[in-house]
Amino acid sequence: MTSNDRKVGPIPMDASLPGLKPTAKPAAQAMRTSPKRAVERGMQAVFLLCGLISIGFVLFISVYLILSGIPAIAQIGPTKFLFGTTWASTAAEPQFGILPFILTSIYGTAGAILIGVPVGFLTAVFLAKAAPPRLAAVVRPAIELLAGIPSVVYGLIGMMVLVPAVRELFHLPDGASLFCAILVLAVMILPSIVSVSETALQAVPREYEEASLALGATEIETYFRVSVPAAKSGIAASIVMGIGRAIGEAMAVIMVAGNVANMPSLFSSVRFLTTAVASEMSYAAVGSLQQQALFSIALVLFLFIMLINVILNSLLKRGGDD
Amino acid sequence: MTDMDDLREDRQGSAVLSAQKLNLYYGAAHALKDVDIDIQEKRVTALIGPSGCGKSTFLKTLDRMNDLVPGVRIEGTVSYRGQDIYAPSVDVTWLRRQIGMVFQKPNPFPMSIYDNIAYGPRTHGIRNKSQLDDIVEQSLRGAAIWDEVKDRLKKSALGLSGGQQQRICIARALAVEPDVLLMDEATSALDPISTSKIEDLISDLKSRYTIVIVTHNMQQATRISDQCAFFLLGELIEYGNTTDLFSVPKDKRTEDYITGRFG
Repeated sequence: MTSNDRKVGPIPMDASLPGLKPTAKPAAQAMRTSPKRAVERGMQAVFLLCGLISIGFVLFISVYLILSGIPAIAQIGPTKFLFGTTWASTAAEPQFGILPFILTSIYGTAGAILIGVPVGFLTAVFLAKAAPPRLAAVVRPAIELLAGIPSVVYGLIGMMVLVPAVRELFHLPDGASLFCAILVLAVMILPSIVSVSETALQAVPREYEEASLALGATEIETYFRVSVPAAKSGIAASIVMGIGRAIGEAMAVIMVAGNVANMPSLFSSVRFLTTAVASEMSYAAVGSLQQQALFSIALVLFLFIMLINVILNSLLKRGGDD
Repeated sequence: MTDMDDLREDRQGSAVLSAQKLNLYYGAAHALKDVDIDIQEKRVTALIGPSGCGKSTFLKTLDRMNDLVPGVRIEGTVSYRGQDIYAPSVDVTWLRRQIGMVFQKPNPFPMSIYDNIAYGPRTHGIRNKSQLDDIVEQSLRGAAIWDEVKDRLKKSALGLSGGQQQRICIARALAVEPDVLLMDEATSALDPISTSKIEDLISDLKSRYTIVIVTHNMQQATRISDQCAFFLLGELIEYGNTTDLFSVPKDKRTEDYITGRFG
């Protein structure tokens, strides 16, 4: 009863608001059957079409990769293909073992994560919590700019500066190596780690931090013991995104890693899954086993990336549930 | 006469917190004007007044939580047991350990109930498991919520009701063994039943702690406080025994406020 009484009160006041003209009501009713409705429907169809286009591409790429990747694997044999340690695609008796590429991709990505995550994570904490606003206003766009630099530029600078430096420093015959690739990848994944982690840290309610400070914790203790745990799913997502970026990178890597199909070691010239495809595709004969094997490598890479995306999505979903 | 003298003696001897000529500015805004007040030991002091009158601001000067607000400037002194808390030599983390705070909105950390309570002691270096267990139990008992949560200490504190969360926050504050407990409208976001539980709790706690509460609810102030301070537009208008302040207010503005004529 009382709630009804309350509802009655405001209605006349609303009607007398200056914005609501008495003519507005019939006009709205007329529009309900007017062409506006058709426009609404038409736009719905456009949105749907746009959505379907992306899905169509994903489906097309998946199907194409699977169809063109499987024949070579079947012909070579899955075990020999995935775990063979020798890749000699143009030899008189060709061998197609891609374990060197798989391991190089895994080691390279792991190395980049090992270096990039601590730096990126601490930068994110600094930007989100500790940095004076003016300094953050300089550092943040600088990191965003890092994300915009084309990977060929990373490769170029790696080639001209990093590779010779590594050669001199470690007295190697050639500086192009897994080590250089790791360093370049570490820098390349920084922006995604920093920006995604920072967003997660910014989203931590200020009340949590105030509660911690009011208990006599210092600011640093508060950031690491309250803010970071509260943002953990976002930070984990940033790491997975970094992994995805590192494992899929080809251009910068091909320029600094030496591109020889060795089993990986830190200072030897190596070839990644991505660069294995990129470096031979241009001269592989159409329809040859070599070309088909390259498609198979792309399929393996694709599966890695799918796996990473599944992990990423489940992390983000869990973050939403918290 | 002698009674009055005794009372005065008692007051002066037992001021835990006191402010002298306290002025606070948020940028150009003058939020507290020449506030002089002595907060007495093991009493509940209520700060009342209309929104924006400076009562929460004043509360936050007592544990220096205002330090976190950019552009704050403070003049005058606030002392805790004779020590000027704004002196450069004061360790703010030490001060905040002595003076706990409970906020308007229940804000347990997104962790288990146990970890919430153990957060403060762990921060201050207690690692021993059985010692932490004891502290957690004692604090939860102290906040009258032990029986409700003892079987779910490892569950997230965010799964509790608002009233339970607020008592978790009180328990968390008690776990660092503070001397003073500040409560900033700690019941305003709660339902009447939870509110009355927390009011009962406050009455229990005053035997061991000095408590300062900010409240919008004047019935609450009369129910649980011993001393009451009325703020208006940044000034402390009247301060005294709660019964006196509500029955025979000395200032016309206090009278207008408590009789509901404004605010």
